[in-house]
Amino acid sequence: MKLLDWLDDRTGYKALLHEALYERVPGGARWRYVWGSTLVFTFSVQLVTGLFLWMSYNPSSQTAWESVYYIQHEVFLGWLLRGIHHFTAQAMIVLLVLHLLQVIIDGAYRAPREVNFWLGLILMKIVLALSLTGYLLPWDQKGYWATKVATNIAGITPVVGDQVQELAVGGVNYGHQTLSRFFALHAGLLPALLIGFLGLHIYVFRRHGLTVRDPIYRADTTFWPDQVLRDSVACLAVLATVLLLSIYHGAGPHGGAELGAPADATEPYSAARPEWYFLFLFQFLKYFPGEQEIVGAMIIPGAIVGVLFLMPFIGRWKLGHAFNVAFIFGLFAGIAVLTGLARHADSRDEDFQAAVTDADQKAERVKELAAIKGIGAAGAVHLLHDDPKTRGAAIFAMKCAGCHRYDGHDGKGKVPKDTATASDLGDFGTRAWIKGILTDPVSPRHFGPTQNNPDVGERFVKGEMAEWVGDNVASGKIKADELDAVVEFLASLSGHKDVGAIDDEKVRKGQEFFALGSDAVSGSCYDCHTMKLSDDPGELFKEPSTQIATGAPDLTGYASAEWLNAFLSDPAHKRFYGSHNAMPAFAEQLSERELEMLVKWLLHDWPK
Amino acid sequence: MSQQSHSGAAQPAPDFSIPPAPRRSFLTQFLAAAVGALVGIVPAIVGLATFLNPLRKSVLQKQAPSGSDADGYYEVTALAALDATPQAFKIIADRKDAWNVFPQEAIGAVFLSLDGDNSVRAFNVTCPHAGCRVDFRGGKQAYHCPCHNSSFDVDGTRSPESPSARDLDSLKTKVVDGRVWVKYQDFKAGEKDKKPV
Repeated sequence: MKLLDWLDDRTGYKALLHEALYERVPGGARWRYVWGSTLVFTFSVQLVTGLFLWMSYNPSSQTAWESVYYIQHEVFLGWLLRGIHHFTAQAMIVLLVLHLLQVIIDGAYRAPREVNFWLGLILMKIVLALSLTGYLLPWDQKGYWATKVATNIAGITPVVGDQVQELAVGGVNYGHQTLSRFFALHAGLLPALLIGFLGLHIYVFRRHGLTVRDPIYRADTTFWPDQVLRDSVACLAVLATVLLLSIYHGAGPHGGAELGAPADATEPYSAARPEWYFLFLFQFLKYFPGEQEIVGAMIIPGAIVGVLFLMPFIGRWKLGHAFNVAFIFGLFAGIAVLTGLARHADSRDEDFQAAVTDADQKAERVKELAAIKGIGAAGAVHLLHDDPKTRGAAIFAMKCAGCHRYDGHDGKGKVPKDTATASDLGDFGTRAWIKGILTDPVSPRHFGPTQNNPDVGERFVKGEMAEWVGDNVASGKIKADELDAVVEFLASLSGHKDVGAIDDEKVRKGQEFFALGSDAVSGSCYDCHTMKLSDDPGELFKEPSTQIATGAPDLTGYASAEWLNAFLSDPAHKRFYGSHNAMPAFAEQLSERELEMLVKWLLHDWPK
Repeated sequence: MSQQSHSGAAQPAPDFSIPPAPRRSFLTQFLAAAVGALVGIVPAIVGLATFLNPLRKSVLQKQAPSGSDADGYYEVTALAALDATPQAFKIIADRKDAWNVFPQEAIGAVFLSLDGDNSVRAFNVTCPHAGCRVDFRGGKQAYHCPCHNSSFDVDGTRSPESPSARDLDSLKTKVVDGRVWVKYQDFKAGEKDKKPV
C-alpha cells in the first residue's frame, strides 16, 4: 500500500483511475450505452492482432501474398489470428453504423456535443480508410483488382486526380510501392490518427457526459462496475461472433479469412468486388456511365457526408431532428437496397459465378502447388503461370472451346451456349478415348460434332474411319481381344499421365493387328495410318504405309506430347489431316510456352 | 423525442463523486473484471501463439535445407581437388526461408584439406567464438577470425590467446567414388562444448 501511495504521490494515478472508472451514469447503467465501448474494444483487438500479423507479414509484390499464405497455412493459429482481424474489421463497420444510428436517434449531436459528433464522423472515415487499405495487403486477386478500382476512382478527382492516384499507387504501376504505401497507411498513419481522434472523442464525451434518455430510469450509478459489466458482456458477444465467423464461415481447411490466388496483372479477374460494406457504392456507380462517374463516386457521397456534418445545425430547426432521423434511415435503407441489388445481379450473372468458381479453383490450386513445390524467389504468381493444370485450362477455354468441349464444358467449368463443332477432349489420349474412336467414332465425344460445322459437313461422320468401324466393329468382325490389344498398343504411345501400367503382351498383339489386320476385317489400320516404332523387331512397319485414305493422321507416337504439339501447331500438315483439315493452326496463335501448357494439360501432366 | 442530457450548453464542472446508492456488489465487480479480462486476453493469446511459432519443432524441421543424404552428408567436391592447404568450399542445397525455397544455393561453407595420412579434414568456416567467418592465412598457416582475432592451427586447435572457447568445429566426412561428402552442421557459438543447432 505504501508503494502505491508513493506511486500516486509521484503520478496522481489514483485520481486518473477514479476519473476513468467513476464517471457518473445518470439513470443507471443501460445496454443502450454499450456501442461506443464495443468500438473501442474492436479497435483494441485490431491493434493487438494487427501487431502480431505484422510480425509475419512482408509488404512487397513477391512476398505479401506469400507471407499471408505462410500465416494462414504454416503458422500455428495464424489462420485464427487472420480470421479475428478480418471479421473484427467487419464487426467494426456494423458497430459504427449502430453507434451512429443511436447518436442520431437520441439527438446526441445537439449542443454542446456538435464537435464530438464531428469527431465521430472523422473516426468513421478513418475506419473506412483502414478497411480499404487493409483489403489490398494480402495481395490476392480480389484485393488487387478492387483496389485498382478504388484508386482509379480517386484518379477522377478534379484537377489533382492523377497526382492523388499516383501518390496512392506509388507511381503508375501497382506493385512494391503500392503495398508499402498502403501498409504504412494501414499500420502506421491511420491507426495513429485513429488513436488521436479517439482520445479527443472520449475526452469530449467525458466532458459532456452521456446523452441520457431517461434520467429517472433507475438510481444513478457509476461506470465501474455496472456499466463496465454490460460493456464487457457486449464485447464478449462481439468477440464470440467474430470467433464463430472465423472458425465456421471462413474458407480453407481451418477457416479464417479468405485468401484468393496471388495478384496477377496479366490475369483479368471478373470476380472483383469490394468488401460487402462497400458493395452499395459499387452498385451505385453502375448508374453513372462515362463522364458522369464523378457524380456517383464523389459528388453525391460528398453531399451525403456534408449533410451528416451539418446535422447538429439542421437539428436546431423545429423539424430538423425528425429530418435527421429520416435522413439516416433513408440513407441506410438506400444502402441496403443497393447492396441487395448488387447481390441479386451477381447471383443471376453466370459470368460472375464462373469467375468466382475459377478464382476459387486457382486459389486452391496455388496453395496446393505451394505445398508441393515450395514458393520460389519470383513469388507464388509464377506457380500458376507455370502450372499446366490452370494455364492449360485457361488456354483451352480461350482458344479451343469455340469448337471443342472438355467433358462438356470449356475447360474451366463453364458450358458454352453454342453447339460444339468438334470433339470433346476430356479423355483425349486415354484408353476410353481410343476405344471410343474405334467403336463409335461419330459419337458426340469424337467426330460427331464435326457435322455441325457446315464447312466440314459429313466429311468425318461418313468418312473412311466411320465406314471401317461400321464394317468391322459393329458387325463383330473384329474380336474383343483384338480391339483391346489395339487400344493397349495406342495407349502405350500416349503421353497421358493417367494411362497407368501397360500390358506388353497386349501391346505386341495390338501392333500386329494394327499392321496386318486379320482375315475377318477389311483392311488394317496401317493401310491408312502411318506408324513407326523405334523398336520394331518383327519389322511390322518396315514397308511404308500405303495411306490409301486422305487425311488419316500419322499415328506414330499418337497422343504423345510431341505428337500433340506438332498436331496443334499445324493440323493441316500432311502428317495429320492434310486437305481434310478444318482446324486452325496454332503455331502462330500460341507461344511455345502456351502450347506446352496446353499439351501438358490435355495429357494431365501437372504436379500432383 | 429523446431527453436532453443533464449537462446544458453552460458546462458545470464534471461530477465524479460516488453516487449515493451505488449498486456495486462484489459479484458485479467480479463479473465485470472477469469478462473484461477474458475479452482482452483471447485475441492476445492467439497473437502470442503465432508469435511463438518459431519455437515449434516442426517449423525448425521444415526450415532445414534439403539436399543431403539420409545421414546428413552433402556432396562437396572431388577428392583430387584437395591438398594440404585448406580451401573453402560452398555447401550447395535447397535453401528454405519461411515460405520460400531457393533451389541449389549456398547454405554454408567448409574448409577442406588433407592431413598427414591423406584423409580429409573438414571445418565449418564459422568461428566458434561469436559466429564470424574465419579465413585461412597461407603465410601463417593458420585460420584467423577477423572479428575478435581468434586464431586456429591448420588442425583446428585454437591458439592460447584466442577469445574462442573451443577449437574450430570439425565436421565428419566420407569419400564415395572419389567425391568428398561432408556432414555439414552449424554449432552454437560462444560455448565450450560443441552443440549442433
